[in-house]
Amino acid sequence: MSELLRLEKMRKTFPGVLANDDIDLSIEQGEIHALLGENGAGKTTLMNCVYGVYRPDRGRIFWKGKEVTIHQARDAIALGIGMVHQHFMLVPPLTVAENVILGLPSPREPLLDIKAVEKEVEELSQRYGLAVNPSAQIWQLPVGVQQRVEILKALYRKAELLILDEPTAVLTPIEVDELFAVLKSLKEKGISVIFISHKLEEVMKICDRITVLRDGRKIATLKTTETTPRELAKMMVGREVFLKIDKPPLKPGEIVLKVEALSAKDNRGLPAVRNVSFEVRRYEILGIAGVDGNGQAELADVLSGMRRASSGRVEILGKDVTDCTPLEIINHGVAYIPPDRQHTGLILDFTVAENLVGKSFFKSPLSKWGILRRESIEEFAQQAIQEYGIRTPGAQVKAKLLSGGNQQKVVLARELSGNPDLIIASQPTRGLDVGATEYVRTKMVEARNRGAAILLISTELEEVLTLSDRIAVMYGGEIVGIVPADQADIHEIGEMMAGTKRLVDGTLTLKIQETEKAYESSD
Amino acid sequence: MLDQLLSIFANVEFYAAIIRMTTPLLLAAMGSLLAEKAGVVTFSMEGMMLMGAVGGIIGSGVTGNVWMGVLLAILFGISVGLIYAIMAVSVGAHQIVTSVGLNLGALGLSAVLYPLVFKRGEEVIQTVIRVPSMPLLKIPILGDIPFVGNVFFNHLPPVYIGYLLAPVVWFILYRTSWGLKVRAVGEHPHAADTVGISVAKVRYATILFAGACSGLAGAFLSIGLLGSYMENMTAGRGFIAYTAIVFGKWEPTGVLLGTLLFGMADALQLRIQALGIGIPYQFLVMFPYVVTMIALISLVGKASWPASYGSPFRREAG
Repeated sequence: MSELLRLEKMRKTFPGVLANDDIDLSIEQGEIHALLGENGAGKTTLMNCVYGVYRPDRGRIFWKGKEVTIHQARDAIALGIGMVHQHFMLVPPLTVAENVILGLPSPREPLLDIKAVEKEVEELSQRYGLAVNPSAQIWQLPVGVQQRVEILKALYRKAELLILDEPTAVLTPIEVDELFAVLKSLKEKGISVIFISHKLEEVMKICDRITVLRDGRKIATLKTTETTPRELAKMMVGREVFLKIDKPPLKPGEIVLKVEALSAKDNRGLPAVRNVSFEVRRYEILGIAGVDGNGQAELADVLSGMRRASSGRVEILGKDVTDCTPLEIINHGVAYIPPDRQHTGLILDFTVAENLVGKSFFKSPLSKWGILRRESIEEFAQQAIQEYGIRTPGAQVKAKLLSGGNQQKVVLARELSGNPDLIIASQPTRGLDVGATEYVRTKMVEARNRGAAILLISTELEEVLTLSDRIAVMYGGEIVGIVPADQADIHEIGEMMAGTKRLVDGTLTLKIQETEKAYESSD
Repeated sequence: MLDQLLSIFANVEFYAAIIRMTTPLLLAAMGSLLAEKAGVVTFSMEGMMLMGAVGGIIGSGVTGNVWMGVLLAILFGISVGLIYAIMAVSVGAHQIVTSVGLNLGALGLSAVLYPLVFKRGEEVIQTVIRVPSMPLLKIPILGDIPFVGNVFFNHLPPVYIGYLLAPVVWFILYRTSWGLKVRAVGEHPHAADTVGISVAKVRYATILFAGACSGLAGAFLSIGLLGSYMENMTAGRGFIAYTAIVFGKWEPTGVLLGTLLFGMADALQLRIQALGIGIPYQFLVMFPYVVTMIALISLVGKASWPASYGSPFRREAG
């Protein structure tokens, strides 16, 4: 096999951060090569330098043995490099064909001959086994199909090297299998793939060689056949990791959250949550699995008081809190860890201290007669910073200057103070690295062990499986099944997430009562 | 009184006036629609139009040739557009604030330029200066059709340009590669950037086009309809044109209908004024603006502006 791409001593710095420290990399023709590392290890930055999104401070790029300069994406595309970003670079109101042709001359320039493009896309999708409807608008398509459009876009531009940034993060288990099949067929046709990931099993399954990055440095390049997940994890983190969280079996206590036949609409006024019923008890974590966009976000909104229910009922410790305001719900002992810490979880331009007291600043001793008491707030903040090990230069530093993991610790410190009875955690570890993920999960299990009820909403199936005592699956706004975690079958859950299987139907509440009963008798 | 009102609607001249009064709004709104689709707020149309109006009178008055006036009006409009593009695209300044600044600046500059060129000092405010104005262009054959001919085919040249602009803009947006770029830049500039489209280039080009069309709209007011100039001649028509874009939900057909609605309101109030039926004229002058408000409240519903609307594009911020 011949070498397709070689990077020599690539270096990229951002203000205050050395993102890539003299990285060397070699990609061969027709191989699937993993870039493995934690968040912030510099994988995406390195690839953005190759793709012309960033300009490296120094370093040399060789393409098919010849040195090249890549100043912008256009240069990379012209060479035959395609990149599928983690956040898709597709224009939602445009069709598949329009997105594919975008930026290229159409067959009948300057006229846009979209029919001809649709035909070409059709042919291309058949050749590589990437089924899509070329005239569908992007926003109508599931994420897995959108990803195929991104790949088609690169292939249409005659890409010989495809860079995929965390391609499986948004996919269901079935879609992951489909993606892997596509990657194998690309490989057979001689196309190279760089697969950016932090998921060990996937990398082991699909890749030929693996390059591990840590803190902006290259640790090693290994053949998949000559390494183990354990060795890779150690290289990635720099120490032994134990992702298995110690969770003692506990008997669930009284019902804390009871949701009955709850429905709600999304921002466009369409039904997003449909007739959902479940309960969460003390000493219990109920995990809600599901692909993003199946009503989980709207459900969390309703439960935290940020969205009105269109029908149904929510009870906390026996009291009706349906359509209460967020403050009233907080006063019922509810903590909410929102999915998006940058926009909903924190006020980034406020200091760490101000964010920490966000839920209690109006109470004594933090304020008196409506006037904030600086010393009390500072003291409260310092205590939280100590207790949660928040790495910050000080309490008066703006929250936006903290790393993702430390930002999430600020949210946790604020929400978990005062020992809430119910914790609604939506995507609590999204975008966090292994260390921070471990920390957040430990904190959740600790809260459960002291008697809180926890509703965990996560699109990471692995997270739901690790933490939950019971698992509910949401699809199309409905709960399509609730199973005790020790009886959970990953394939069955995967099928439910994809909507091809359901354990409950019209007689939803009845079935749930049955599972509850079975659950109680199993203790 | 009802009889008198009804008589307005029975008159061919009223329908021709709708077409005429719609023209400046249509030129500005349709010309700016491409920039709007590319994600730029073209709230600076008022200033572009006003500079166009004064440019028209200067060009026509100084050279004695009305077409030189049209040319200068377009150049003035493009100049305002260029300043706006530098501020909104290159500098990344707040687009509404920049627009307000440009609109006020144009108001001041036009009030200075006009007396300066025609050297009448104080006098200029009282006396009306006449300059060569645009000739009527009757379309052969079509113009002779009864009723229809008078309503649609016996107008000043910019009228035809305005109505042709609607299908042309639609065609550019939806049937050319370039229009696809414009839409992509407005909806997802980062995606456009990653496939090698220059977001800045698209936005500059569309803003300059908006400037040229708005400049022509201004000239239509000064050296088209009147052949003379008054201070603040546009009187908020740039803002109404902007409203028509919102009203039309950023689609060419919608924008066309919006401008026609406001053009009709304008034509109607002029005719009611002429009836002399005891309503103070100030109220009648308000009429188109009131219609604008009511239209926006009752008909628009949830607007659908481009996703990157009003936000400057920064590459490394994404």
